[in-house]
Amino acid sequence: MACALALLVACSPREQAPAPTEVKGPRVVSLVPSVTEMLFAVGAGPQVVGVSSFDKFPADVASRPRVGALLDPDVERILALKPDLVVTYGSQSALRAQLERAGIAIFEYRHGGIGETLETLEAIGVRTGHTEEGRAAAGVLRAQLVGIRQRVEGAPRPRTVLVFGREPGAVRNVWASGGKGFLHELLDVAGADNVFADVDRENVQASSELLLARAPEVIVELRAEARAPEATSPWAVLPSIPAVRGNRIHVLQGDQFVVPGPRLGQAAEALARVLHPEAFR
Amino acid sequence: MSEGRGQTVGQGRRLQAESGRLQGESRRLEDSEPAPGVAPWDPLDPRRAAQAASALRRRAWRTHASFAALLLAAVVVAPLVGSTSLDLAEVLDRSRPFADNTAAQIFFIARLPRVLAAGLVGATLALAGVVMQALLRNPLATPFTLGVSSGSALGAMLAITFLPAWTGNALTSVPLASLAGAAGAVLIVYALAQVRHRGFSTDVLLLAGVTLNAFFSALILLVQYLSDFTETVRTLRWLMGDLDVAGYAPLGIATVLLLPALVAFAWLPRSLNALALGAEQAGTRGVPVLGVQRLAFFASSLATGVAVSLAGPIGFVGIIVPHLVRLLVGADHRVVLPASALFGGAFLIACDAVARIVIAPVELPVGVVTAVIGAPFFLWLLIRKP
Repeated sequence: MACALALLVACSPREQAPAPTEVKGPRVVSLVPSVTEMLFAVGAGPQVVGVSSFDKFPADVASRPRVGALLDPDVERILALKPDLVVTYGSQSALRAQLERAGIAIFEYRHGGIGETLETLEAIGVRTGHTEEGRAAAGVLRAQLVGIRQRVEGAPRPRTVLVFGREPGAVRNVWASGGKGFLHELLDVAGADNVFADVDRENVQASSELLLARAPEVIVELRAEARAPEATSPWAVLPSIPAVRGNRIHVLQGDQFVVPGPRLGQAAEALARVLHPEAFR
Repeated sequence: MSEGRGQTVGQGRRLQAESGRLQGESRRLEDSEPAPGVAPWDPLDPRRAAQAASALRRRAWRTHASFAALLLAAVVVAPLVGSTSLDLAEVLDRSRPFADNTAAQIFFIARLPRVLAAGLVGATLALAGVVMQALLRNPLATPFTLGVSSGSALGAMLAITFLPAWTGNALTSVPLASLAGAAGAVLIVYALAQVRHRGFSTDVLLLAGVTLNAFFSALILLVQYLSDFTETVRTLRWLMGDLDVAGYAPLGIATVLLLPALVAFAWLPRSLNALALGAEQAGTRGVPVLGVQRLAFFASSLATGVAVSLAGPIGFVGIIVPHLVRLLVGADHRVVLPASALFGGAFLIACDAVARIVIAPVELPVGVVTAVIGAPFFLWLLIRKP
C-alpha cells in the first residue's frame, strides 16, 4: 500500500510554472525542432508555450515546458498548456485526431528541401500573426543562400560525399545524403556535386564498394553532437578514394546540419568554407 | 559400460558399429571375427555392417564434396557481382600500383572481405544452430535462443549511442562492446542454469535464455527510445545485419576468436548423436553428458557472439540451414555439422550477393534477404519431402 502510494506520488505530473499568460497572439506548442527555430525566427518566440524534447535551439527553449516529441507526444501536457496552435510532424496522425477533437488548430510539417523550409517560414509567420516577419526571415535565408552560391560560383565543384552517420572508429554503417532533401541541396548551394546525386532518396547507406566506386574528392562528415576525435582516421582503409589520398576529409559539428530551419544559411556557409576555403579569404 | 545383461551388451555393440561407420574403424570390424559370447540374436553381421559402413562413408564424402563445391562456387562467383561492374583484367593488372587501381581496391578491399565475412558468419551461425538444437533438443532453437545475440546487440546499441569513438588498430568500440554484451549474456544464462540444478538443466537454460532475450530486447528498445533520431536509423540498421567489413583485419580477429569453438565443434558430433537420444541414454553409453553440454553451450555461444559482433544479428541462417541440411542428409551430426557449415557459408554469401545487387546502388539489409529467400525455400523443401 505504502509502495503504491509512493508510486502514485512519483507518477504525479510535475507541475511546471504556468506558461506566461500575457502572450500576444495564438499560443503555440511545437513538436518539431526545425519549426520551433522558425517560430523564434519570425518573432513568435514569446508565443511558444511548449516545445519538443529534442529542442535545443534557440537557448530560450530551455525555459519552455517539454511535451514529448515525434513518438511520444504527451497529449495531456499539450492540452494543459492551452495552445491555440500545435505544430505536428506529418506522420503524427493519432495526435492530430486527438487535437482536432479538442478543437485545437494544427500546423502540419514534413521535412523536405530548402524550398519547403522557406515556404514553412512564411506559412508559420502567417499562422502566428507575424506575416511580415515570416516573409522577411525567408528573405534573409534566401539571400544568404544566394550569396553563398554566388561566392563559390565558377570555382571547380568537387565531387563530395556528405556523411551524417557512421560507426565510431570504423568505416561501417556509413550513411550519406542521397540526391534528395535539404542536405543534398545545401551541398549544391555550397558549390559541390553530390556523388550520390543519382540516388532518388534522402539517405544512402554507403558501403565500402560504393564509396570506392563513387570516388569522392571530398568527404564531409556532419555530426550533430560533439564526439571525441578519432586517434587515427578510419578512412585510411579505403586508400584509393581521392579524398583520402588528398586528405580532404572534414568534420563539421553542430545541430544546424540536421535541423532544416532558419540556420540553413549558416550550415551552407560552413560547408562552403570547407569546400572552397579560397573563396572566403 | 555395464555388461550385466545381454541387452546392454548388444546396445553397446550397436553403438560401436554405428560410431565406427564413418571413422575408419570399419576395417577393424571387418577383420575381427564375431566375438564369442555375443547374444546369438544380435542382428549385426559384422561383414554386412562393414559394407554398410563404407557405403555410408562414401556417401558422407560425396555429401561433403558437393556442399564444399557449392561453397567454392559461391566464393568464386560472389566477388564478381556487385553494384559496380568490374573488369577482371583491370582488377588483376599488376602493372598499376594498387593505390591507384580502383577496380582492384573494390575487388580486394570491398568485395572479397565481404564475401569471406559472409562465408565465415554463415558457417558459424549454422554450426551454432545445429549445436544449439542438439543441446536443447529443440528444433526451434537458434543460435540466438539463449540471449547471446540480444546481449551482443545491447552492447552494440550502447556503444553506438553512448560510447565515444575509440580506435584501436582493428578493434573498434562497437564490435568490442558487442562481444562484451555477448559474454555477459552467456555468463548470466549459465549461472542461472547452474544455480537451481547441480548439473546442467537444459530446461532451465532454455527458459532463462528466452527470458533474458526478452529482457535484453526491452533494454535495446529503451536505448533506442532514449537515443537521438539520427542514431536510431543506424542502430536499427545494425540489428538487420551488415557484412561490409571493409578489410581483412576484422575477419582475422574473428577467425582467431572462433578457433576454440571450431575445435569444439570438430570434437562434438558423436557426443551430440548420443545426446540426441536424451541425456540419460547418452550417460548409459559412457558419454560425459555434463561436459558435453557445457562444451556445446560455451562453444556455440562463443561462435554466436563472434559472428554477431562481426556482422550483427543476421537471423534465419542459424535455424534454416541446419534443418535444410538435415532434410537433405539425415540426422547424423558427423555429416550434419560439416555440411551445415559449408551450406551456411554458401547460403549467406548468396544472400549477401542478392542484398548487394538487387536494387543497387541501394543495398538491402542481408538479414532481410536471408529470411525472404530462406523461408519460402525452406517451406518448399518441408512439404516436398514426405
